[in-house]
Amino acid sequence: MSMVEFRDVTKRFGDSTVLDGITLSIEAGEVVVVVGPSGSGKSTFLRCINVLETIQGGDLLVDGLSVRGRAAQVREIRREAGMVFQQFNLFPQMTALQNVMFGPVHTRGASRDEARKVAQELLGKVGLAERMNHYPAELSGGQQQRVAIARALAIRPKLMLFDEPTSALDPELRHEVLKVMRDLAEEGMTMVVVTHEMEFAAKVGSRLIFIDGGKVAHDGPPAELLSNPPSQRLKDFLQHVA
Amino acid sequence: MDFDWSVIWDALPNLLDGTLMTVKITLWGLIGGFLLGVLAGVAKTYGRAGVPEAALRHGRRVTAAPWLLIVAVLVHVFFVRQLAGGVQAAYWIVVLAVLAGMLLPALREGGVAVLAAPFAMLMHDVASVYVAVMRGTPIVVQVMFIYFALPVLMDVRVEAEPAAIVTLMINSGAYIAEIVRGALQSVHKGLREAGQAMGLPFHKILLHIVGPVAFRRMIPPLGNQCIISLKDSSLFIVIGVAELTRQGQEIMASNFRALEIWSAVAIIYLLLTGLIALGLRLLEKRMRIL
Repeated sequence: MSMVEFRDVTKRFGDSTVLDGITLSIEAGEVVVVVGPSGSGKSTFLRCINVLETIQGGDLLVDGLSVRGRAAQVREIRREAGMVFQQFNLFPQMTALQNVMFGPVHTRGASRDEARKVAQELLGKVGLAERMNHYPAELSGGQQQRVAIARALAIRPKLMLFDEPTSALDPELRHEVLKVMRDLAEEGMTMVVVTHEMEFAAKVGSRLIFIDGGKVAHDGPPAELLSNPPSQRLKDFLQHVA
Repeated sequence: MDFDWSVIWDALPNLLDGTLMTVKITLWGLIGGFLLGVLAGVAKTYGRAGVPEAALRHGRRVTAAPWLLIVAVLVHVFFVRQLAGGVQAAYWIVVLAVLAGMLLPALREGGVAVLAAPFAMLMHDVASVYVAVMRGTPIVVQVMFIYFALPVLMDVRVEAEPAAIVTLMINSGAYIAEIVRGALQSVHKGLREAGQAMGLPFHKILLHIVGPVAFRRMIPPLGNQCIISLKDSSLFIVIGVAELTRQGQEIMASNFRALEIWSAVAIIYLLLTGLIALGLRLLEKRMRIL
């Protein structure tokens, strides 16, 4: 069974069709990098997977569960798919540690002691053991994003979704987030990453998807697509982001 | 002009009684108003968002059901109630059968969850009407209605003190509902999405994530409302409840010392509102605004 399976998925916002009949599947262990011009539907593509957007046509299965199921099933899908946002979206009233503990306690029914142990371990892993009692406002963007990754990992997802995780960061802070993501990929985590980081796509990605106008224009190994773009559209796009 | 301090001294016990009554009315009125305001504010903010698909498919019938029930109850109160018992029973059998016909197809497909959306929409509309009526009418008219008109309408006896408390509750509740709505809407939607993305149900997102952030933003306008409600309690003089302004009025009527009495009354109000402002400042210091 595929981890994620798009079956002729259509997504509309009012009259505009954002995803136009997408069919593809993502297997466990893949690191899929999704790129495309702004407005191409790449963020929507990602947000449909954990049902932050509802689809209007076709079906989308996550670990065998349909996103068109009932509320309880949707919540189950969301627990399987951890999400990291462009704007971090940390809970501002909680410390880094409390942010990471929150998910296990409230979605997995973990005790506070268990959750604290998991959270301390994860924050150590993303290099923030020293700062876990700080509030988000007291952390740099790169640190906040690493806390956000730890928070998503704390609910033990089978799949991680990254929505432009480095786009809101200063250039010198990006590498610390990308490093954490690369470690995660090396551990075998299934990842879907919407990003403009072509170096990450080439070095870490196992598959590159180029979305253009709501359709999958190219889908293949990153090295091939990047070194030898098969279409003028992709060539132009790569020139603009590089 | 002479300012006779002994007048204030003699009036103090009565003024103190009035102060206690004012505090009591304001305190209970605001506690009730806060609860009402949170309910109405949440309903107004979220009631028309997130309608599940199964409810949409059976949309009109499911969402019309609660309105049919309201109309049925009104018809009962104003008309059917006067008829014979058998007719009443028949009436309700028909109403319930129609309701079942509207809801059962949706229930069979989507379970009880399909009722959540129409219920939320109904709450939204009820809350909107409540806020519109309470903000749109003067508090004096409201308290007169409850104290004088309600006994006529419903054949119940209403005492002055509960009438004053209930009026302040429903009046402040309407304003607090808008304060709550404003604060909830000001919370960045990314926080809600972060909660959703973890697989949290809506009530947990509201209670643990959006609520605490919104509450901090409510403190300044809530302070405003507390002070306004305290001062508005002086208007209950019109139903003769023995609050501070009424006490002042009565003392003045017996000794004609307007200057001393109204100065004392004003200073007592100033002390009370000052206490509220101080309390809120302390609360704000403890909870950083986020």
